Amino acid sequence: MAEESDKSSVHPWWLRMVHWMNAAGVIILILSGWQIYNATGFMGFKFPREVTLGRWLGGGIQWHFAAMWLLWGVAVFYLVMATVTGRWQRKFWPVSIPGIFRDLKATFTGKLSHTDLRIYNYVQKAAYLFVMLDITVLILSGLVLWKNVQFPILRMLMFGYEGARLIHFVAMVAMCGFIVVHVVMALLVPKTIKAMLWGR
Amino acid sequence: MDRKLPPEVARDKDAILKEANGLLKDPGKRRLLGNVLTLGGLSLATGILIRDEQSVKKILQRISRFNDGAQAALFDPNDMAPEYPRSDISNPFPYNAFYPLAKVPKVDGDSFRLQLAGKIADKRPWDLPALYALPQVSQVTRHICVEGWSAIGEWGGVVFSDFLKRIGADTTCKYVGFKCADGYHTSIDMPTALHAQTILAFTFRGHTLPTWYGYPMKLRMPTKLGYKNPKHITEIFVTNDHPGGFWEDQGYNWFGGS
Repeated sequence: MAEESDKSSVHPWWLRMVHWMNAAGVIILILSGWQIYNATGFMGFKFPREVTLGRWLGGGIQWHFAAMWLLWGVAVFYLVMATVTGRWQRKFWPVSIPGIFRDLKATFTGKLSHTDLRIYNYVQKAAYLFVMLDITVLILSGLVLWKNVQFPILRMLMFGYEGARLIHFVAMVAMCGFIVVHVVMALLVPKTIKAMLWGR
Repeated sequence: MDRKLPPEVARDKDAILKEANGLLKDPGKRRLLGNVLTLGGLSLATGILIRDEQSVKKILQRISRFNDGAQAALFDPNDMAPEYPRSDISNPFPYNAFYPLAKVPKVDGDSFRLQLAGKIADKRPWDLPALYALPQVSQVTRHICVEGWSAIGEWGGVVFSDFLKRIGADTTCKYVGFKCADGYHTSIDMPTALHAQTILAFTFRGHTLPTWYGYPMKLRMPTKLGYKNPKHITEIFVTNDHPGGFWEDQGYNWFGGS
């Protein structure tokens, strides 16, 4: 396998690059998305101005529709690399519901092992697969919001324009939830942050 | 780690490394220095970003222009916006403009003449009865605002591509521009102007367009966001020079397609 030459590396270079570029893209998209959301506040509240990006609706839209290319590019690059390098099978297989529950229990009783960062436990597998699915939903619902006439099948799958709008919002909330848990977990096991920065 | 470097480069590298190691013998300190440098670099980058807001703006505007092109490439004239039954029409349909309802322009229908300019063969102005006498169609479609909300309405008028042909517009040109009685102006790409659902609308829900929805006429395009659908149109022109628009010049995406 391609990574065997560098046995000490927890994460290959391309994955670390993908991770941080994706993090930047997602954060820009969320903060500019809050700016856009604030134009209507259709869920009955608004985000504080200070945490939004772009100064006004037009600026928020410019940021949002610039960072979307980064998100798409990174997503496509990741899918290709994960397939070519066999990362899917190696890191995410097997994954099972009982396994997830077993490791969830271990998490909350403080018994989850992090001795080898190369091996994902079932909770990690579930969390990372979830966030990939969430990004997919965000991209597809976003496409319907951006170009809803040009993607008729996607529009149907997303329950029309207003459906896509709601799905996009809920998927954003899920993404924020993931980020909070992800960052807390990383801070609890700081060597994971080092591994994602320098590979070991 | 060492790959085959030319001997003089390898020697330089060794010397530099030796010197650096000498400066900071403690690996812990070395790592700290590395982290500080990274942090410093990051804050410097942020500083540059904040100070150079104008250049960031320029980059974002350039990407917005790129997105115009991407949308033009995605645009398929055969893709139709969904049409809805009349029972789905939003009531009340929202009023939205860059000024309050009290400031809506009052256009005198009797003296009104639609002006034509630019690459159009027959630039004779049109009065309202002549426009009303043209074959009329209607559509129940979703109006999507750049703010995110949407509402379904029913508009009636002439198919815009028929009108453009009737006045001898040069449809090989890139843009169709609009000037409005309220000082608003915008412009669209020719393929969208020729889309089957693009209509020059004179009615809303079967009645003469109310002043607040754009009397005497608005361009209705279910393939574009609300700010691209000009109200109170007084002049239509065809051109190859990018005309921009009221909101577009302030940062809204020019193509503004949905």
